[in-house]
Amino acid sequence: MVKIFGFLFDKDTWQEVQGSLKKNTLRSILTMVGVWWGILLLIGLLGSARGIENNFNVLFEDFATNSVFVGGGKTSMPFKGYEEGRPVILRLDDVKKVEENVEGIELVVPRIMGNAVLSRKIFSGSFNTTGDFPILNEVAKPDLTLGRFINQSDIDEQKKVVVISEDVYKQLFEKDEDPIGELISVSKTNFKVIGVFKLVNFGGPQLDVHMPFTTFQQLYNRGDRIDWMMITGKPEYNINQVEADVKLLLKNLKKVNPNDNRAFFGFNLGDRFSQFTGFLKGMQFLTWFVGIATLIAGVFAIGSILLITVKERTKEIGIRRALGATPIMIKRQIIVESVTLAIIAGFIGIISGGVILMLINNAMLNSNEPWMRNPSVSIGMVFLSLLIVVILGTLIGLIPANKATSVKPIDALREE
Amino acid sequence: MLEIKQLHKSYPIGDSHLHVLKGINLLVKEGEMVAIMGSSGSGKSTLLNIIGMLDHADSGDYILDGLPIKNLTEKKAAEYRNKFLGFIFQSFNLINYKNAMENVALPLYYQGMKRKERQELAMFHLEKVGLADWAHHLPKELSGGQNQRVAIARALAANPKLLLADEPTGALDMSTSYEIMEFIQQLNDEGKTILMVTHEEDIANMCKRIIRLRDGVIMEDTTIKQVRAKQHV
Ligand SMILES: Nc1ncnc2c1ncn2[C@@H]1O[C@H](COP(=O)(O)OP(=O)(O)OP(=O)(O)O)[C@@H](O)[C@H]1O
Ligand SMILES: [Mg+2]
Repeated sequence: MVKIFGFLFDKDTWQEVQGSLKKNTLRSILTMVGVWWGILLLIGLLGSARGIENNFNVLFEDFATNSVFVGGGKTSMPFKGYEEGRPVILRLDDVKKVEENVEGIELVVPRIMGNAVLSRKIFSGSFNTTGDFPILNEVAKPDLTLGRFINQSDIDEQKKVVVISEDVYKQLFEKDEDPIGELISVSKTNFKVIGVFKLVNFGGPQLDVHMPFTTFQQLYNRGDRIDWMMITGKPEYNINQVEADVKLLLKNLKKVNPNDNRAFFGFNLGDRFSQFTGFLKGMQFLTWFVGIATLIAGVFAIGSILLITVKERTKEIGIRRALGATPIMIKRQIIVESVTLAIIAGFIGIISGGVILMLINNAMLNSNEPWMRNPSVSIGMVFLSLLIVVILGTLIGLIPANKATSVKPIDALREE
Repeated sequence: MLEIKQLHKSYPIGDSHLHVLKGINLLVKEGEMVAIMGSSGSGKSTLLNIIGMLDHADSGDYILDGLPIKNLTEKKAAEYRNKFLGFIFQSFNLINYKNAMENVALPLYYQGMKRKERQELAMFHLEKVGLADWAHHLPKELSGGQNQRVAIARALAANPKLLLADEPTGALDMSTSYEIMEFIQQLNDEGKTILMVTHEEDIANMCKRIIRLRDGVIMEDTTIKQVRAKQHV
């Protein structure tokens, strides 16, 4: 090994390389631009993909991804004397039954939804409202920007308090006004604002106003009816199985035909999540593919530039061979040249790629709706792309090197 | 020093062959200074290139300093060229982005000599051809005669046994040619064996032996009384 690679530690090798690269400025620059562009694209794309993934992970962080929503719909089949088209109504005690009877359940959170006109001073607007328990925090933690969420004493005392979304805040309050402790009217009843949260939505209705479950029951006179339940499975259980078990139990309880698929609606967040991760994986793959394809295209371009310049260079190589350079010496010099170019260009590519990711990051930090978070590439990827560059550099170098040493010295010398 | 027997060489031209060398026999002893003459296309350069291992013969024997030169790997050939041979070309063949000293040092680099030694030796040879002050100039900053002197210094750098020159004065005016010949004669005086292709009778007469090629064979081989270049300068 030392014998083969010893020349790399020889100052003269580098002097030769430097001399040749400096003299052939245009060729050097063209080669570098090709590699630089490929690496830049690779890093930029990979970093962006990572940024999108990070953002997505943060969004989902507050959600139990191993969860499913189940709500009552209408039956679509007759069963045990009941006609089809009967509404299926879920109640609070169903929550308990699900909790007790379905295997693999971690939490069941009942939810109820209504609609109300919210107003304050001259402002007003119509929004969806929900009645919630503090336990919602554990499955779909609202991203609070101000104040607090509903607590147990709010529930116990049926307090008239609301946690509002930023959209509501914007509609009912002046800019920079502190909403906490302010009163707003919800369906003509005064409620105190205790918190503001940022909306995160994965489909379904936009839920802008949270109030204590018990308060909601009273306000809307709903009794113990609920609209749907959010069910999270234990990590070791398959959420699809849990969903099926829950539905089966509920069909039993509500006397619904076991084959009736319309009686309950379900929204499986776990499914959604894996769809998203699948999409991200696909995107990452595509990124690698595009990046590497760009690099290879760059290499082909460089290869042909080099092949053209080999002709111009053949005479010099002929001279060197006449003076006693062996083919190995010639080859390794040309390879070291192109690898050096590739590495320098690769580094510049990595650095400028990093700068671009930083700029994107800044733009995202200043943006109202960032769709990327912390776009970055791992050290491993950086090294991998450098490795690719080095391998490609060697391959690029091999083309002219082989060409330059495959002819007789005299034929190389004759080249003008 | 050098022995050639029944050397043949032909070039493929389309479907047929151009038979250039048709059985060359030649013996050159150490310390000789030989001019190779002949009309254009008679195969002078071809012969010199085969002797210089830049080209291969089709058949025949070639022995250089007791070593049979046959079926050499390119690696071996490169080593032999580096150790035994010095080349001087009509068009100088200097590397244009290297200065005079670096050009002269190049064969030493391929010998694996250390940088410092190499540069010292290169300077020594440049001094010998009177170009020490031009060591750091690029070829394009030197005149034709100066460039040829750099090329001579380079050919000498590795201290070869045999110097091969293909029309070394072909690109130079008369007085510069004589100047260059003076150097070459001096080298011969010091014991170097020299083979030189030339068109010009006066240059050939400055050698000690003239070989004339015609129709692919040596037609005439005469030892002459050397004309010293100094008388003309
Ligand atoms: N690589 C080649 N391919 C084909 N023919 C060649 C090649 N090299 C030389 N020849 C031919 O071989 C013949 C001898 O060429 P060579 O260069 O040896 O002549 P020369 O005696 O040196 O001529 P000049 O005095 O013009 O330099 C010429 O007819 C030339 O055209
Ligand atoms: Mg010739």
